[in-house]
This record gives sequence, structure tokens and C-alpha cells, in this order.
Amino acid sequence: MLPAEFAALERFSDWVLATEPERYAKRLASSMEEMQAFYDAAFPLLERAMAHLDAFELHDLPEAERNLLYLMQSLIMVSFPVEVWKQPRVPDSGAAYLDLVVEPRV
Amino acid sequence: MIMPHFGNPADGSWTEHYPELGTGPVDYSDSIDPAHYEAERAAIFKRTWLNVGRVERLPRTGSYFTRELAVADTSLIIVRGRDSQIRAFHNICRHRGNKLVWNDFPREETAGTCRQFTCKYHGWRYGLDGENTFIQQESEFFGVDKSQYGLKAVRCEIWEGFIFVNLDPQAQPLTDYLGEMAKGLEGWPFHEMTEVFSYKAEVGSNWKLFIDAFAEFYHAPVLHQKQAVKQEADKLLGYGYEGLHYELHGRHSMLSSWGGMAPPKDLNMVKPIERVLRSGLFGPWDRPAVEGLDPLPPGINPARHKAWGMDSFFFFPNFQLLIWAPGWYLTYHYWPTAVDRHLFEGGLYFVPSRTASERLAREIAAVTFKEYALQDGNTLEATQMMLKSRAVTEFPLNDQEILLRHLHKTAADYVREHAGAAR
Repeated sequence: MLPAEFAALERFSDWVLATEPERYAKRLASSMEEMQAFYDAAFPLLERAMAHLDAFELHDLPEAERNLLYLMQSLIMVSFPVEVWKQPRVPDSGAAYLDLVVEPRV
Repeated sequence: MIMPHFGNPADGSWTEHYPELGTGPVDYSDSIDPAHYEAERAAIFKRTWLNVGRVERLPRTGSYFTRELAVADTSLIIVRGRDSQIRAFHNICRHRGNKLVWNDFPREETAGTCRQFTCKYHGWRYGLDGENTFIQQESEFFGVDKSQYGLKAVRCEIWEGFIFVNLDPQAQPLTDYLGEMAKGLEGWPFHEMTEVFSYKAEVGSNWKLFIDAFAEFYHAPVLHQKQAVKQEADKLLGYGYEGLHYELHGRHSMLSSWGGMAPPKDLNMVKPIERVLRSGLFGPWDRPAVEGLDPLPPGINPARHKAWGMDSFFFFPNFQLLIWAPGWYLTYHYWPTAVDRHLFEGGLYFVPSRTASERLAREIAAVTFKEYALQDGNTLEATQMMLKSRAVTEFPLNDQEILLRHLHKTAADYVREHAGAAR
């Protein structure tokens, strides 16, 4: 599913999600243990992933590279719970929601 | 007494620079009183210029979108014609009042491209310029003249690619309404920033309360303190917040802010993922290579401050434009739906990403925006609830909250003047 160099992240392939609403829903449905494990494995590879992806034309990514980009977008999605909140939801955000209705697609 | 870091105007405070604002406590009944809300609908939202989006949403002949204006009890069609003019019409069929353009759910907005508009009900058709082009079984009618049954037009004018409408046919021209504050921004490369993230939420507060939240940053070191790394958060809380510059322009207003985060002076100020992505709340640290960012138009960073990071321009009644030093912008819109509810829209606009790294830098900015806005949104519901109790009705606003004082006064002035004119 991912470029060979990033095979170590294959076990997190359920985080390969194309849209923000899917990534946000997965974040809310995940435990901190799950997100911490994903973050701990993916964050050290973020810089290498960027360098790898930048060698390709952004709007013409091969499937494995596109999956890697989606995975890194999910890493960004879990970064707040892991680095800041220590919980999946924004604290005190209760029933508040904010839907992303337009996002640039790759 | 706080010790100013950036200095105040000669008059001693930003607020006292505008004596008409006063410095006393502000009555917030204007945010809970249903009768006042009804008065605002008539006096403000049916008479002022409202931004409904960007021209980039209408790239081709026949591109259109609809805009629900619950606050004015109407729906509009905004469409690009064959002459490439952008026009606005009330979204109502002239035959028997059916909503002309909608899909599946009559209350939801829609967008697309078409050659003409056809009513779902009896098939009446209208050209992109609003002209009535077809009446089903025309001969059954009694001397009906198609030229008299075109779509009902709404004033529609454009400033720097922003489409504005006005439901008052007698309204002054848009550029006169927007005035010198808008003039000072002209030439900034809004048109280059076509990579868009757009958020939407229904918020349980009066429309003015969310504007309040985004019109001051006095709250930022407190409400958002957990978002900075610990040491930085403590420092910010200790300093508090001071704007670089505040300016009122008639009904509109602006504040200019420092921006130590893009790029940060010290990498330890920011979170680990921001260090790798070179981006965060204040946007990507690296400026895009487009014309028009240097030198800036005179209205941006008007104090020409070295520490400048962002300007927030508030166009009365419900449009906020935030221009960031690293070359991107944010829009906020607040669309009232009831005295204690409104639809909030937030848009992030970037120069298109050329690489995956750039795309990810924009992603963290967009994700961070949501984390902050969720905190803000829920706080507003808590405020609305307690204002409604009327346990306390008057509130002291500080000098960093000058734009709030100005907003509530301006809205009240519109209501009063409209009531006076109606008598």
C-alpha cells in the first residue's frame, strides 16, 4: 500500500484516509494508545516522507505515494491529541463541531 | 496598570482616541433580545453590503452557487453570465414562487454549472442574465409578457475578487460603502490564493459574539494556553496580549498584531510537528513566490511595525479578512439564523501547493485553525447562555477590546437610525 521505504508504517494503513472528515472521525473514534502508537511510528519518518514525496509531481502521485501523503495528513490530525491535548477531543469543545466542507484534493 | 510593550497612541489609549465610543461598561442585551434581533435584520442585513464569496467560485460562463440568507428570509443565485458578468438574483420562480435552484433539500445551498435555470415545478426557464426565456403553455396565460417576468435582480458588485450583494436597491455603491480601509488593501494578491479550505458550523450564540471573539486577542493567552508549548504558554500568559495598532474606519475596523510564530524566533516555542512542517497556526513560515507581498499596500501593517504578523480587517456587518505576513489569508463570515444562533464560515486561502511538503504545511495550518475555532465556538455558547440569564447586563471592555465596543455601537446605531427613518 505504501512505498517500500515506508513498509514499517503498513500496519497503520487504516489511517490512509483521503479526506479530513474521515480523518477527524477516525481520531474521535480512536484511543490515545492507538494514536500514540501511530504517532510514535510515523513522526520520525515525516521528514523522510516529505523528501520522498517532493520528488514526484504533486498532482500526479502514484498510488503508493498518494497513500503515504494521506497517512502523513492523518499524522497531522493526531498530532494535536498526542502533542497537546492528551485526549482525542479538543477540551471543553463539548458538542461544538466545525465541518470541513471544501479541501484541496490531491 | 499594564506596561505597554508596543506603545499606545498619544491620547493614552486606543479607545479614547475615538471619544464617541466612551469607556463605560457595554450593555449586551443587544445579543439576547429577540426584538432587537428583528430590528437588526431589517436595519443591517437587508441594507448593507454582504460578502457571499470569491469570484474563483465562478470560473466559467454558467457557473453558479446559491446562498441562503436566513437573516433576510431569502435565498440568492449568484451566477456568471455569457458576458462574464457576475449577477445575483432572488432564487424565486416568477410563476408561483417556487425556489428555482436547489437539489434534494430546499434549505441547502448548491453550486454547479448550467446553460439556463429551469424551475422544477412547471418548467419556466431563465437565462444566465435572469431573462425569462420560456413559459410552459404560454398561450394558457392571459396576455403574459415574458420580458416582465425575468428573475428579480439583487445588487451585486465586486471588490478585489470578493463578491458582495445588497438587498437594498438604493444602497450606495460597494466601493463607497467599503471606504478607505478597503482602498488600502487593493493590490494585495488575493487572486493568487486559490487553494482553499472552508469550514462551516452552526454556533449557539448571537452573531456578534463570535465577531467579538475574533476581534480581540486578549483571550488568546488564556483560552488557548494549552496549545503552545508549556514554557511559551506561561510566558504569553504573563505578558498578556497587546495589539500593535487599532484603527476605526467609519463602520469598519481593523487591528494589527505581532506575529512571532512564522517563523518562530526560537524553535522551542513551537510543537515538534510544526518544526518539521515549518508551519502552524500562523501559516507556512516560507512565503510563496508571488508578486504583491513586498512592498505591502499601505493599509496592511499600517504602523509599519517590524514585529508585524497579521492584520484583521472587519467589514461591517459580518465579514472579517485576516491577512498574514507569510502570504496567505483567512475569511470569517457570520450568518445569523436566530437571536441566539448563527452559521459560522471560516476559509483559509493559500497560493497553490507545488509539492507534497507545501501541501502538508497548509494541512497543519488548516487543522490548527479547527482546534482553536472549536474552543472559541463552545465558549460562545457558554457566554450566550449566561447573557440570557440577565443576572448581569453590562460588561467592562478593556482597551484591547476596542473593536467589540465599536461593533456593538455601530450595530445599535444602524438600528436606531433605521427606526428613526421609519417614523
